[in-house]
Amino acid sequence: MVKLRVNGQEQSFDGDPSMPLLWYLRDELGLTGTKYGCGAALCGACTVHIDGEAARACITAVSDVGGRSVITIEGLDPQGNHPVQKAWRALNVPQCGYCQAGQIMQAAALLASNKNPSEDEINSAMSGNICRCGCYQRITAAIKAAATGA
Amino acid sequence: MRALNANLENVSRRGFLKGLLATGGLVVAAEFVPARGALAAYATGAAKMTGGVVSDPHVFIAIDPSGLVTIVAHRAEMGTGSRTSLPMAVADELEADWSRVKVVQSPGDEQKYGNQNTDGSRSMRHFIQPMRQCGAAMRQMLETAAAQRWNVNVAEVQAQNHEIIHKPSGRKLGYGDLAAAAGALPTPPADQIKLKDEAQFRYLGKGNVQIVDLFDITTGRAVYGIDIELPGLKYAVIARPPVMGGKLASYDAAAAMKVPGVEKIVVIEGTPPPSKFQPVGGVAVVARNTWAALKGRDALIVHWDDGPHASYDSAAYRAQLEETSRKPGKVVRNEGDADKALSEAAKTITAEYYIPHLPHATMEPPSATARVANGKCEAWAATQSPGTTRTELADKLGLKPEDVTVNVTLLGGGFGRKSKPDYVLEAALLSRETGGAPVKVVWTREDDLHNDYLHTVSAERIEAGLDAQGRVVAWRHRSVAPTIRATFVPDPKFEQPGEISQGLIDVPFAIANLRCEVGEAEAHTRIGWFRSVSNIPHAFAVQSFVAELARAAQRDPKDMLIELLGPARKVHPPAEYTNYDEPLET
Repeated sequence: MVKLRVNGQEQSFDGDPSMPLLWYLRDELGLTGTKYGCGAALCGACTVHIDGEAARACITAVSDVGGRSVITIEGLDPQGNHPVQKAWRALNVPQCGYCQAGQIMQAAALLASNKNPSEDEINSAMSGNICRCGCYQRITAAIKAAATGA
Repeated sequence: MRALNANLENVSRRGFLKGLLATGGLVVAAEFVPARGALAAYATGAAKMTGGVVSDPHVFIAIDPSGLVTIVAHRAEMGTGSRTSLPMAVADELEADWSRVKVVQSPGDEQKYGNQNTDGSRSMRHFIQPMRQCGAAMRQMLETAAAQRWNVNVAEVQAQNHEIIHKPSGRKLGYGDLAAAAGALPTPPADQIKLKDEAQFRYLGKGNVQIVDLFDITTGRAVYGIDIELPGLKYAVIARPPVMGGKLASYDAAAAMKVPGVEKIVVIEGTPPPSKFQPVGGVAVVARNTWAALKGRDALIVHWDDGPHASYDSAAYRAQLEETSRKPGKVVRNEGDADKALSEAAKTITAEYYIPHLPHATMEPPSATARVANGKCEAWAATQSPGTTRTELADKLGLKPEDVTVNVTLLGGGFGRKSKPDYVLEAALLSRETGGAPVKVVWTREDDLHNDYLHTVSAERIEAGLDAQGRVVAWRHRSVAPTIRATFVPDPKFEQPGEISQGLIDVPFAIANLRCEVGEAEAHTRIGWFRSVSNIPHAFAVQSFVAELARAAQRDPKDMLIELLGPARKVHPPAEYTNYDEPLET
């Protein structure tokens, strides 16, 4: 039995403890905002926060998050109005949108630890999050906007 | 065709693109000035496609008594924005307040909605005009309904921002008040529909509308094919043959069945090449969640009979294609005498380019859910082509198309991969074999790379002859690649007209001695179209080669390209030239 907190709610799971957090969130809890892209921590689409830090849910076993707090895109802000989400909308970042939850979670974790990142720091923090539509310039601009409140 | 006859010296960039898209004569123009006037009626290839064009407001627009306008998006959304921009064109002509518009996605039904094959970059090209007509027709119907209500001449009323105004008296009626009366009116005939002037646009070209899914995308609520959840849903992954045309020889599922959560093993029959949109077959593991299905598949022991393509060796194949490109091939364009001009040139330059297999690698791998029960099939899929998916499902399951419903989710990328519904057929077969439970098929990234309809490899060889002044006087381009058609017919051997028309025979250079050839190549993988299709190898080779020519001549590559384009004129490619069946100006 694994006990953990997801978006503030206590959960317990008595299934296969080696199940990746990604599939637990999606198939067991119905939190499909966290996306599958590669299953190997190569694309960043599954990024969530574990105890406030960005992590790839696809290579994190449920047993690794016992007693810890997981935040997904659905729990980032109750109204969906985290500064990063607002900046994303103000700058029309998404195209197909599939990678965007992971991008937003990665960006939110960056800004939680670094209030005003430089462009290099943004690029470094976001380098593991792939966007197949190529929204990178808007992603960078939105992170800057979220940091400055612009 | 009016809009296509753009004046060569006074052609807007839009007009220029339109000319490129819709005419056989490629317009080469030196300067662009802004276009003026309303979008003129123009013909497109949409009419020749399944379902053709529908622009009836009774199909696409619903207005409820509160004034909420519901507009149907009938094309698939994969990041291009057409799910927003086509309804926006309707709303603009309708004089609707966008904040009171709701967009709904249509299921696959090409008889009702017109063509839905969201492929070939054609959604705006083919449907902005019908959608504008649709919105304008409903606007006129609302105006007529208001005029009848007030018992005034329709010329005295005007639609403006979700209301009809009686100009002499200033009276107003909201769209909701007129919805029932307007909806009961017949659609005005096409020649009586008055489109807006561009100056009257509220949304088109203004940059003031955001994509309709923006909030849902940024909050994780947007639903893609892989996100479908249904009561009793089962999850499946499939071990597929590693070689095209490979068959299942034997398998042992004992260990797989011991994985907690695994419920059933199902063998899917493959279809020998050319397998079109059919599943490639394999052994499916159906489970209570994705992880159990994946672990079950890992525990399968499967032996394949790889068949005749087992010998495919990509290094040897490359050598073979390159060797073919060094010999004369089938001539597909020929002007002047390229062979003679090359032999007499002051200098010749040759380059070879090899383009690798390209998987589509959509961020969201192929995924679909289906429920087949009680003589009906309902599918939910990230599909670019819900109409084709519907007919393929009906054929596969032996059902009538009207008993098949294809719901279209958002697509996490498409690029042409999701035009091929093999993965939806897989889900349907598995549901049928699982007692009618809904089954979701997930392709892993590895599945996507191993069993994609790969964009083809290609050997491109270009030789140019330069005169003493460094000007190009001869050009011979040989392209050797297996054709997409190999996915549909046995052994077609050569690139087809639709492929050679993309960057090979339509090269717009003014070179007196110009020859294009193609060479034979057999397909060893499933081949599919990838966005921009054969422009990928052809244009890559042509543009790279011009840069190499410029370097050899110690000239600026841009100057070299402009010189090669030559004087402003219309270029007439050979008769084989085709652009997705768009009408050609002759």
